[in-house]
Parts: sequence; structure tokens; C-alpha cells
Amino acid sequence: MLNFVREVFTIDIATKRKLAEMACRVRLGIIESTYGAQAGHPGGSLSSAEVLTYLYFKEMNIDPENPKMENRDRFVLSKGHCSPGLYSVLANRGYFPVEDLPTFRHIDSYLEGHPSMTTVPGVDMSTGSLGQGVSASCGMAIGLKKRGGPERVYALLGDGELQEGQVWEALMFAAHHSLDNLCIIVDNNNLQIDGVVTDIMSPYPIKEKLKAFGFSVIEVDGHSFDELEQAFNTARNTKGKPSAVLMRTTKGKGVSYMENQVGWHGKAPNDEEYKIAKQELLEALAALEVSQ
Amino acid sequence: MSEVKRIPTRESYGHALAELGHEHPDLIVLDCDLSSATKTGIFQKAFPDRHINCGIAEANMMCVAGGLSTVGYVPFASTFAIFASGRAYEQVRNTIGYPHLNVKIGATHGGISVGEDGASHQCNEDFATMRAIPGMVVVCPSDDIEARAAVKAAYEYVGPVYLRFGRMAVPVINDKYPDYKFELGKGILYREGTDITIVATGLVVAEALTAADILANQGISAEVINIHTIKPIDEEILINSAKKTGKVITAEEHSIIGGLGEAVCSVLSEKYPVPVKRIGINDVFGHSGPGPELLKEFGISADNIVQKVKEMLGK
Repeated sequence: MLNFVREVFTIDIATKRKLAEMACRVRLGIIESTYGAQAGHPGGSLSSAEVLTYLYFKEMNIDPENPKMENRDRFVLSKGHCSPGLYSVLANRGYFPVEDLPTFRHIDSYLEGHPSMTTVPGVDMSTGSLGQGVSASCGMAIGLKKRGGPERVYALLGDGELQEGQVWEALMFAAHHSLDNLCIIVDNNNLQIDGVVTDIMSPYPIKEKLKAFGFSVIEVDGHSFDELEQAFNTARNTKGKPSAVLMRTTKGKGVSYMENQVGWHGKAPNDEEYKIAKQELLEALAALEVSQ
Repeated sequence: MSEVKRIPTRESYGHALAELGHEHPDLIVLDCDLSSATKTGIFQKAFPDRHINCGIAEANMMCVAGGLSTVGYVPFASTFAIFASGRAYEQVRNTIGYPHLNVKIGATHGGISVGEDGASHQCNEDFATMRAIPGMVVVCPSDDIEARAAVKAAYEYVGPVYLRFGRMAVPVINDKYPDYKFELGKGILYREGTDITIVATGLVVAEALTAADILANQGISAEVINIHTIKPIDEEILINSAKKTGKVITAEEHSIIGGLGEAVCSVLSEKYPVPVKRIGINDVFGHSGPGPELLKEFGISADNIVQKVKEMLGK
């Protein structure tokens, strides 16, 4: 189990490799759970594997042994359909057994289709209806800020999710109340269920819109731990306004046939596809381990 | 009869919040640019740091309230009933109801008695939508005393509660009952009778009591029950009364679809079937006009209750 302490940690090559390995394990969990469920959303889960890994293994003050620890940082998966990504990182972080991931969406499993805070250890907010999680994260942030604590709140949104009007109500609220303990992350993989976001309903220019709504915006390559680290450090040190990390990502990242394919938004791999995905990810993991 | 005080229950709501705010530092109030109408402004004046104006964005407010409840606050999210239960329905369902969060929804301006604002603002469907959410407690107090007690009980109860208050001043009735006690989920038997049971909620309780007086003068003995908690409903009080009178009339300032009437029918049809007639808004939209006149026009009045009772008794 990796167990980094935020205060003393500086990203070095060895740690970066460990994070990369963990992101690979998170991806394996995404494949195991969606294959096990024969349902679910692998594409957007895979595109956020690095940021989920970074948050849960480096950035956030959390304790898997005590999921409800009062002074913990909070994470809200506003794009709740990417539950395979969240569940996989939680399992790999030690909140529950990785072996349970294939029970995802099963009738007798606690791994509900979309994140459920009442059944899954480590889930801070039940989500699934787009736009609502980001509002809930604003509620957490304003409450924690009023209490004067150091806790931070992170919310991960999809770029398609930006089409929900409620997102902009929430962003207005966050800036109005100067929620500098809130950091939203936009997984800009450019695809949504029906196609390319610019064909469906363009959310662009995202950066300018977020800025106009009063956010400090940091653009990163969402698959680079160096850039993620810089972004979250900047966000943590930004006072007086909320931060937004706008991540350019590849949907389906890490599984060759899923990468940048809109069809893999919400589809499970079949037996053959499962074997290929697993083999590719295990090979990637082995390569990282060999390079040590 | 001595002069009856008339107080809108939204005012009771504002005062009750301010009173509770002194005792409970974790009580926090949210509003959507309606503080002067919902009367949360009374709380805001006393506790400006614990009043969050969300602007005209009800969907966001409901989920902000959900988030606040997870970090140790007891939020009261306030707006008009039409927005709380209608516009933000799915936010209430998914971010408050589904995780069973400790959020109280203070919905003012319920019912047709909203008056002059007209049909767009007259919410006659909130019992139906809120009742349908698993685990949601639905309360509609009858007067100032009950409204204040309901706010306190909602704070003390752990879980989501929908509270419906009215815009129009309504008579204070519960000071006439020395044994009056508010308990979530418990109906109140005001007046025993043998011929028929009148079950009412909200401002219609006062009308039901007036109707029972009129009926008594005509030799008809009506039992009157106040169901302030529409969900979970007090089955026992309904069944016991139905056993005694064998006939039930329900009366509410809500559509006859999905409200108190149907809740009572559900209990009785399954557990002690007796004839039930419902008084409420008959599946139509309202329109502008003074609240008291609209109540008469739409048949939610003592006179209408008297007429229905007589029809039902064949008198």
C-alpha cells in the first residue's frame, strides 16, 4: 500500500513511477469492474485514472481506515457514471477489497451503479445525475470554510456535464462565496455519449468561461503527474477564489481499442476485449516495474 | 367567540428558525432571493453568518444543502413550494432523498391561497411529488403554533423533511386545545363524532372545525382529525376513526391527485375499507385572485365540507 504524506512529499522519479503503476492498477480495476458488470462506463473512467490516483495517493488528507474522518478532504465525483474509476482507486487505496470490483452493479453488491455514499466506503457524496455533485461540493466547501478548518473539497466533472445549467449555478455560487478551499477538475476528453462535444453542444471556450465565472484556471495534460502536481499545488495556494483544473485527456486512455472512441463511453468489454485490455495493462505495468 | 389571531405560517417558520438558531449553532438557512417572502429574513437578521442567499438558483441550493449536511450542519433550504418541490424535484430526490441526508426543505407559498401571483405560483402538487420520494417526511402545519412546533420537530428529526407553509394569514386554532402536542407522524383528534370523520391538513383544518360546528347545529356528529404529517401518515388514528364512523371525508389545499386524500385512501382501502370522498383542487390549475376567495371558488371551505358531508350521509 502506498501511503504518502502530503506535507513532506515531493514528486521524484521513483514516486512518479509508483503513481504511474497505481494509475495502471486503477485502470485494471476499471476493466475488471466493467467486465464483471457487463455494463458501466470505462471511457471516462480511464481518462481520469491519473487524476484520481494523484488525488487519493498524494493530494488529499484521507484515511482509508477511517473513511468518515471528520477533518478529511472531500472528493465528489460529479460525473458519477465514472464510478468504475472512483471505486477502483478507493479499492486500491484500501477502502475495500480490490477483489470486490468485479461485483460492480451486481444485484447483491454494495458497488452500486453510480457512487453511493450509503453503501460504498470512502464515497463522500452520492452522485449520478450530472450537475448535482458540483453543487454538493460547494455546500461542503462553504460549510467547512465557515468552520474555519483546513479541509479541501475536490469535484471532478466531465466536459459534457458542463452542458447542465446547474453547473453554472454552482460555479457562480463558488466564486461569489470565494470558496478557495474548492477545486473543480474538468476531464476534457472531448467526447460524450452521442459523439464529439463540439458536435452535440459545444461547451467551449471552457477556460474563458471558467475565468469569467471567477475561477483561477490551470490547464494541464491530465495524464501527466508533473503537471497535475503543479496544478494542485497552485490551487492549494490560491486564496480568495475557487480553482479549476482543466485537464486535456484521452477518453479510454490506456486500452488501445478504447482510446478516443466514443463507443466506449458506456459499454463493457466482451471476453475477447477483456483479455486484450488486461494484457495491455499488465504489460504496461510490467514495463513500469522493470524500469525501476 | 373572542377575536381569533391570524398569522401566516411562513412567518411562524421565520420566527421558529430564529428561535432555534440561538440554541443550535449547527442550524443554517439557505434561501433563493426570497428571504423577505419566505421570512428567513428574520433568521438572517439574527444570524447573518448562518444565512446563505443562493440567488435565483433552486437546483443548486438543494444540492448545496445536501453538501452542508455532510459536514455537520442542519440546513433548512427555503423557497416557494412550486420551486422546492417542482423545479428542484430531481435535486431533492437524488441529492437529498436518495442518500437520506439531514436536510429540511422549508417550502412557503404552498397551495392555491398564494392568491394574486396566480397559477404559475400556486403549488397544488407538492404533497404528491414529495410523498413519492422514499424516506421523505412531509409536513403541512395548520397554524402558527403547529408550524413552530413542526420546525422544531424537523430540526430534531434526523433525515429529510419537507415542510409546507402558506402565504396567507390563517387563524390560530391550536391554542384552544390545552392538551395540544405536536409529534411527527401523529395525527390529532380534535373532536369526537359518530356520523362521519373529517380528515384535514394545513389551513383546511380550521375549515373542518368550522364545518363540524355547523354540522352539529344540524344534528350531524362529525369527528375531526388533523393530519399535519402526511408522510409517514398516522394509520392508527385513521383506522380507529373509520371503525367508529364508517365514512371519511378528506380536505386539503392540494390536488385530489397524490395528496392527503389519496394517502388516506391508501391506508383505509388496504386496512379498513370504508367510503372516502376527497375535497381538494380537482385536477385543474388555479388563477389570480385573493386567497380567501380562491379557496371558496375551488371548494376548499367549511361550506363545501358541510355540503359534501350531507351528500355523503344522504341528508
